[in-house]
Amino acid sequence: MDLNVVWFVLVGVLIAGYAVLDGFDLGVGVLSLLARDEQERQVHLKSIGPVWDGNEVWLLTGGGALFAAFPVVYATVFSGFYLALMLLLLALIARAVALEFRSQLDGAAWRRGFDLAFGVGSLLPAVLLGVAVGNVLRGVPVTAAQEWAGSFLGLLHPYPVLVGLVSLSMFTMHGALWLRMKSEGALEARMARWIPRLWGAFVATYAIATAASLVEAPHLFAGVLANPLFLALTLLVVASIAAIPALSRRGAAGKAFLASSVAIVSMILVAAVSMFPRLVPSSIDPANSLTIYNASSSPRTLAVMLVIALVGMPLVIGYTVLVYRVFRGKVRPGTGGHYDEPVRAVPS
Amino acid sequence: MDALTLARLQFAVTAGFHFLFPPITIGLGWLLVLAEWFGWRKQDAVYVEVAKFFGRLFAITFAVGVATGIVMEFQFGTNWSAYSKFVGDIFGAPLAAEGVFAFFLESTFLGLYLWGRGRVSKGLHWFSALMVAVGATLSAFWIIVANSWQQTPTGYVVRNGRAELVDFWAAVWNPSTLPRYFHTVVGALVVGAFVMAGVAAWHLLRDPASAFARKSMKLAVAWGLLVSCLEVMPFGHLHAQQVARTQPEKFAAIEGLYTSQTGAPLVLFAVPFSEPPRLKGTLEIPGLLSWMAFGDTGAHVQGLDRFPPENRPPLWLTFVSFHNMVALGVWFIAIMAWAAWQWYRGLLWTDRRTLRALLVSLPLPVVACQLGWVAAEVGRQPWIVYGLLRTGQAHSPTVTAAEIALSLGLFGLVYLALGALWLTLMVKKARVAPRLPAAEQARAAA
Repeated sequence: MDLNVVWFVLVGVLIAGYAVLDGFDLGVGVLSLLARDEQERQVHLKSIGPVWDGNEVWLLTGGGALFAAFPVVYATVFSGFYLALMLLLLALIARAVALEFRSQLDGAAWRRGFDLAFGVGSLLPAVLLGVAVGNVLRGVPVTAAQEWAGSFLGLLHPYPVLVGLVSLSMFTMHGALWLRMKSEGALEARMARWIPRLWGAFVATYAIATAASLVEAPHLFAGVLANPLFLALTLLVVASIAAIPALSRRGAAGKAFLASSVAIVSMILVAAVSMFPRLVPSSIDPANSLTIYNASSSPRTLAVMLVIALVGMPLVIGYTVLVYRVFRGKVRPGTGGHYDEPVRAVPS
Repeated sequence: MDALTLARLQFAVTAGFHFLFPPITIGLGWLLVLAEWFGWRKQDAVYVEVAKFFGRLFAITFAVGVATGIVMEFQFGTNWSAYSKFVGDIFGAPLAAEGVFAFFLESTFLGLYLWGRGRVSKGLHWFSALMVAVGATLSAFWIIVANSWQQTPTGYVVRNGRAELVDFWAAVWNPSTLPRYFHTVVGALVVGAFVMAGVAAWHLLRDPASAFARKSMKLAVAWGLLVSCLEVMPFGHLHAQQVARTQPEKFAAIEGLYTSQTGAPLVLFAVPFSEPPRLKGTLEIPGLLSWMAFGDTGAHVQGLDRFPPENRPPLWLTFVSFHNMVALGVWFIAIMAWAAWQWYRGLLWTDRRTLRALLVSLPLPVVACQLGWVAAEVGRQPWIVYGLLRTGQAHSPTVTAAEIALSLGLFGLVYLALGALWLTLMVKKARVAPRLPAAEQARAAA
């Protein structure tokens, strides 16, 4: 395995890590739009409060790793997806600020405004990330000079929009599974009821998108159908997706969430195997496609980066596990924690 | 306006706005480590309240810093794709290292710090505060590495139409990394000290007996005096010497030395004009610039005339921002030294004039950071990578002026709103003093 392949895998790991971890944050954000009252909203926010910040770093590190390992992809795709990315960034800003600001003051308008910003700031990325993936899967207009030759409206083709719906339903289901684990009473019961429905929406959109891929992105299937890795991962996708409602029905909320996490990772890996060794297929001419070889950094940079990843990531995973362990268990409204730190004082 | 100008404007707006916040969190982060330490080891309940109070201000600021920082991570690709392709082999690695070694650490332990009080042991809780501060400081390191490589690139060879990495450590420890790193991070520590001192001053003006405000003020003044001095001497001085050695055009522009000379004077005050380059109303000390830059009052210093016009940075902005930054740096030492003297004499708590001066000075270190950043980055022009790639050749060829104008307009509006909300919340939170148990208040005031 050469370094380019290693970095293909590592970027995939970062994307998968982001999707699993920030995926439930985004899902909880979407669901918060439907929270019934202040207490429920508090549970939504507190269920992700201690961990969302670390989760979002997976996206930042993914961006940095893409820049370092495959700078041509970083430059061409990011400048090509210009307005879509700006929209994504504005949504992420709104979400981050809303989470921290909303509970700091009591005013009804202050809280309502930030609740909306948090919900919409979660919903937009949940869709846009899928739209971006859909565009990359289908292929984008990359010229022989590795430059972008498309338009903003070209990004809104029905196929990528469909993939956007897949990611929206997937993250929302993932968020519901997380929230069920962290909540009690009426909210927990409602999540238990919603999970099968959200699962249905997710399976339906995923099935339609897969069928559409056969037409819209046939290059994804060329030559992989006999690949044992592809077949094994596809089986894993099917098995883990099937396990979600089964586990959820038995009340095994934690295991159902785990199954959903496995489903997300294996879906990303299936797509990665189909893409390999391409990173961005060109819709103008397959020969223009950006691959792990023609879009990469030099071997020396890839080697240095590998050392950084091997030294750093075990530490990251270690303390991330520590923090998740500290904050395991149900969230109860009004029992302390950063977001309802009461203003226990009078102005001096 | 053309796409290039708009892209530069967008970068200036988004980077300038982002850079308001990290110095505050780096500076407050270390003060939280100190306050939590005293609270834990000396079982001092007042210091715990100090930490909780400034921890809230930290969290609010951190959120805005993170939110605006994501933009920076993606903006090189969106607006500067030609630059990204040229430097990606080198510039991406420190950004990725920042994520892996610093930002994960800071963000993950911040969750533990903010949510873990009472839930984890006091030792682990203090450790989480420490990791937040360490993470923030390491984060600054990798960002400064990336930016310093733009200033003084080393460890590369230009091959295949791009800068390729030859020696990673040579690129990391390029000549400007350490001088710029210490100057920037200690500057952030000054910011934190003045935020704490300014807020404490506001409370002391209302209640000179407030134990919370007195302890905050002691911590802020002791720390603030130390770091304000270090910021100028040695770190500001070392950085200026490095610029004189490695970027003589920038040095000539910021110091206002438009003709090469031996025994060059240090310009204390002047009004700069660009066409032709000259200073008016100059107040200067002969020979001092030569001595400061090269340790000899007779040393020859290269002026702007040594460099062709197309390689000269803008004169007005670099000169004005640099000189105002230096003036502010001197003010920080003066006010902190005076506050320390009044504290020593036992007069600080009721000295309304000094307290008001500290309150008014609260935002000034943030201003100084912005001015320093302007001097550094405008002084690098017309290069995006000094001597290698011009800014004019670096923007995304496929992004139109209309697209940038649209996103710049949106960011402008969102950032204005964000800045206003942040300021509102900071002021509201900063005005609410913690209420200490009466016994604690009496004991602390005694």
